[in-house]
Amino acid sequence: MSAKNRKLNLKDKYQYLTRDMAWEPTYQDKKDIFPEEDFEGIKIKDWSKWEDPFRLTMDSYWKYQAEKEKKLYAIFDAFAQNNGHQNISDARYVNALKLFLSGVSPLEYAAFQGYAKVGRQFSGAGARVACQMQAIDELRHSQTQQHAMSHYNKHFNGLHDPAHMHDRVWFLSVPKSFFDDARSAGPFEFLTAISFSFEYVLTNLLFVPFMSGAAYNGDMATVTFGFSAQSDEARHMTLGLEVIKFILEQHEDNVPIIQKWIDKWFWRGFRLLSLVGMMMDYMLPNKVMSWAEAWETYYEKSGGALFKDLERYGIRPPKYQDVANAAKNHISHQAWATFYQYSKATNFHTWMPDESEMKWLAEKYPDSFDKYYRPRFEYWDRKQKEGERFYNDTLPQLCQVCQIPAIFTEHESPSVLSLRQVEYNEERYHFCSDGCADIFNDEPEKYIQAWLPVHQIYQGNCDGSNVSEVVSNYYNINLGKDNLDYDGSPDQKRWQEIKNNGSK
Amino acid sequence: MSVKAISEYTAEPMDTVDKFHGMQLMYIYWKNHLMFCASFAFLVDPEMSFESMLTNTFLPAIKDHPDSGKINFESATWLLNGNDFNASMELSLRENKIDHKSLLTITTPELNGLNSSAT
Ligand SMILES: [Fe+2]
Ligand SMILES: [Fe+2]
Ligand SMILES: [Zn+2]
Repeated sequence: MSAKNRKLNLKDKYQYLTRDMAWEPTYQDKKDIFPEEDFEGIKIKDWSKWEDPFRLTMDSYWKYQAEKEKKLYAIFDAFAQNNGHQNISDARYVNALKLFLSGVSPLEYAAFQGYAKVGRQFSGAGARVACQMQAIDELRHSQTQQHAMSHYNKHFNGLHDPAHMHDRVWFLSVPKSFFDDARSAGPFEFLTAISFSFEYVLTNLLFVPFMSGAAYNGDMATVTFGFSAQSDEARHMTLGLEVIKFILEQHEDNVPIIQKWIDKWFWRGFRLLSLVGMMMDYMLPNKVMSWAEAWETYYEKSGGALFKDLERYGIRPPKYQDVANAAKNHISHQAWATFYQYSKATNFHTWMPDESEMKWLAEKYPDSFDKYYRPRFEYWDRKQKEGERFYNDTLPQLCQVCQIPAIFTEHESPSVLSLRQVEYNEERYHFCSDGCADIFNDEPEKYIQAWLPVHQIYQGNCDGSNVSEVVSNYYNINLGKDNLDYDGSPDQKRWQEIKNNGSK
Repeated sequence: MSVKAISEYTAEPMDTVDKFHGMQLMYIYWKNHLMFCASFAFLVDPEMSFESMLTNTFLPAIKDHPDSGKINFESATWLLNGNDFNASMELSLRENKIDHKSLLTITTPELNGLNSSAT
């Protein structure tokens, strides 16, 4: 046989290098080898029905990824050598990177840990291999994002300690607790949470805004990272859909369990995305599209089609989808108002939109911006010009589940805070919404342990009794240098110097 | 429902009152004043009087709002954990039955925020 003839076709290769790597145990009980496969109540009758749509094997995986890495790092080098940071739209843009690096990159790392863990837990070899590859992808994303953005750390403040901040800073407990919730669940809930709800349903609302934001604002390093991760994300999305269909097809008893998880993780994801909404509407000097437009395109349209498709399995659209759809006109403004007033405790700068940005916001949000948000923004703007920039010095009440301050308003009354309260074992718990309260009521024991930053500060566990002590000692944020208003910041000064030197 | 887990699952609540060194948590939501983005979380001494809580805790927190100096506490109405509530000014928080992690809602009928915009 010639060497050429010995080459396996894709299908055989996949068979040999994945499924055939597994075996039926003879002297150990399968249940002992895969002890986490049953306890969630999901029933898998036949793992061989698992379809890996890409039929990707480890040897070709390494080859593709290595090629991508080579190209990517060549561009990072060129970006650094050519002082690529000087070509961005405005230094305010860098604050979106600070948010990304401390809020999202650590989630990539958490996803790596999650997939590495569940990749050990399935008795089906196809699923194990898919999880293993995704684990490595996510580790790569975390690393390459840090390398893409590290150049900015040489020129701007606040990018010096993102992993530490992710573990401690009040608002970063929102993304952190999201992934901790998923990773501490069973393997099937983890896949429903991350592969399906996050990667498939909501990823376009996280990834696309940041990467197009980078493109619109001249950030070549981050754009290049985005391209390099795109093929991975496409694979993750496809897998996310396959996973859910596979589980649903395996047994009808799986349907109500999956529905409950979809309800939960849609809501958790929607809450988490408030951070992206404010980034799009307020932090990008050159705007891509509004949060409401993104939500309409990527959730209402695509999600609508998806849930129609899943109807034949007995799955309905997520509970409280109507609340989320209506909130698209509010959450980005509410979130930015929050960061603006608590900017003594952020790792990035905040600012008031200028007149042209206010006009853009009013156009994009004709039913909400002028009526509900413009008055406070104009007042703060005026105060700032009078030398009395507004900061809120009192800590906010937090939601026990999503850990976001209780900033959201009632579905039908945008001037009334949406506050919910539940008593459990003689202790009061507070929530931002019915969605979060439902999640709590389903598994109270899980959420009574929540590490709520505000309560931890008041218990005296965060190296200080006031905001400035906590921020400097516990968060490792340089108060006044890394945060407060952009106007008058060292970042702004440095940017003006760069621009002046360039035009000389 | 309890948590589905691979073994028996028990948990300790993170924020019971004993962890606050004699103090307790209290939240206040001032209706129609969304310049403050969320309800406030305060660390308070349960033995302090309601009146001193207003003067020393609540008023300093809202001092930057132009309505803050105009509040008429005679006409203001309160909810305690969602129920109608008549505070006794001179009694302590504990005597007013404002227990750990209670939420107070205050409505100031004459005041509706910046240009009556509920902010
Ligand atoms: Fe990723
Ligand atoms: Fe991914
Ligand atoms: Zn919540």
